[in-house]
Amino acid sequence: MTYPRRVPAIEIEHLRVTRGRTLVLPDVSVGVEAGTVTGLLGPSGSGKSTLLRAIVGVQIVESGRVEVLGLPAGSPELRAHVGYLTQAPSVYGDLTVRENLAYFGRVLNAPASRIHEVLEIVGMAELAGRLVRTLSGGQLSRVSLATALLGEPEVLVLDEPTVGLDPLLRRDLWSTFRMLAEKGTTLLVSSHVMDEADRCDRLLLMREGGILADETPADLRTQTGCDSLDDAFLALVEAS
Amino acid sequence: MSSRVTGATVVRVLQQLRRDPRTLGLIFVVPPALITLFRYVFEGDVATFNRIGGLMIGIFPFSSMFVVTSIAMLRERTTGTLERLMTMPLAKADILFGYGIAFAGVAALQASITATVAFELLGLHVAGTPLVVVGLAVANAVLGMSLGLLASAFAKTEFQAVQFMPAVVFPQLLLCGLLVPRTHMAHVLDVISYALPLTWSVDALSHAVRGGGNGIIIRDAIVVVGVTLSALALAATTLRRRTP
Repeated sequence: MTYPRRVPAIEIEHLRVTRGRTLVLPDVSVGVEAGTVTGLLGPSGSGKSTLLRAIVGVQIVESGRVEVLGLPAGSPELRAHVGYLTQAPSVYGDLTVRENLAYFGRVLNAPASRIHEVLEIVGMAELAGRLVRTLSGGQLSRVSLATALLGEPEVLVLDEPTVGLDPLLRRDLWSTFRMLAEKGTTLLVSSHVMDEADRCDRLLLMREGGILADETPADLRTQTGCDSLDDAFLALVEAS
Repeated sequence: MSSRVTGATVVRVLQQLRRDPRTLGLIFVVPPALITLFRYVFEGDVATFNRIGGLMIGIFPFSSMFVVTSIAMLRERTTGTLERLMTMPLAKADILFGYGIAFAGVAALQASITATVAFELLGLHVAGTPLVVVGLAVANAVLGMSLGLLASAFAKTEFQAVQFMPAVVFPQLLLCGLLVPRTHMAHVLDVISYALPLTWSVDALSHAVRGGGNGIIIRDAIVVVGVTLSALALAATTLRRRTP
């Protein structure tokens, strides 16, 4: 527990993103500390995915500065150090679970032993030989998550990693996230489930493309005088 | 670009194809079946079969690889695997060459099967070297693949991707000199045909079938390779790391 280091792993200043004709992020400035688990919470359509896409450097941005580990987001040097889980599971349906991980593992130059490790983490070791297109939705997103963990990245950007998973597995995954953070990994995890918020060191609450709050769960409760984070979110929305 | 990543991509593309035995069946069975059909349609005109049969061996891989690649690449775009790869330490060339090498291998097998059926079972007779015909077939396959990669960027659905086949492949088939000598076409079509890559590969094939004309075959092959490389370079620009 020598971490967290008090340095920002992700720094965003005046980020502005328009997708199509919609101004999704008008002006976002926020930082994420290294070695922490930060929750990005908000209703769907609030701009969470767009913000995450900007951080991994796949989003065309209009203006503003996005830096990850001190480098502009999307820099070639960052590709080996940033893991990204897209909201829709992006794995090959016509390959087995193991073949998928073997391919992405080769691309990331991860050791072959890493495949089994990540499958254990997401609880998919027994299904390694299954063809991905025959998996259920929850299993599919676990394979996708395993892929994001393959390269042991320093920064993990996870877009709704626990959707459709049973509570037991969700608890285990959050323990894994915690363990990774203690080893120094920076995690930014989006969710629209408020009960996951308590497992984060810090919360970013998003609504309509803006950051409504950037607090620890405890401070959020104190400030709003609410016990449940759901109520705290509502109080903030009403106050804004 | 790294040989590790390109190699891994070749293996992955072949693994995906292996999981689709019906497509593989169509790739390997339809061309020999069609050339057999062709042989018996021209039962009374063996000279025509000998003239066009050799060309067909070289043209099948062009159209099959065009369709297979454009749909495979479209799937990479729509399922998000391309976006995922683009966030990883991988060069665009790793993807392009990964596909290219994998499909060139498949095409070599396809052309060999078709050629074996045509030459051994159907008694196809060409004055030139059958191996040159097979070699040109592989070049055609890679040409089809590179155009397919490019076409996939302009399709949003698989329906659209399939429709690129009649739009891109059929006009070239009509104008390449396969059906009628190009000098018999309206002059403007003859001029246009020079701009179409299949014209050059069919010209090379027809010399390979007739025998001789090695210099022309090499010239035509250079044009085909040049178009292939240009299409790959253009396709690379459609593999975007950042999207709107």
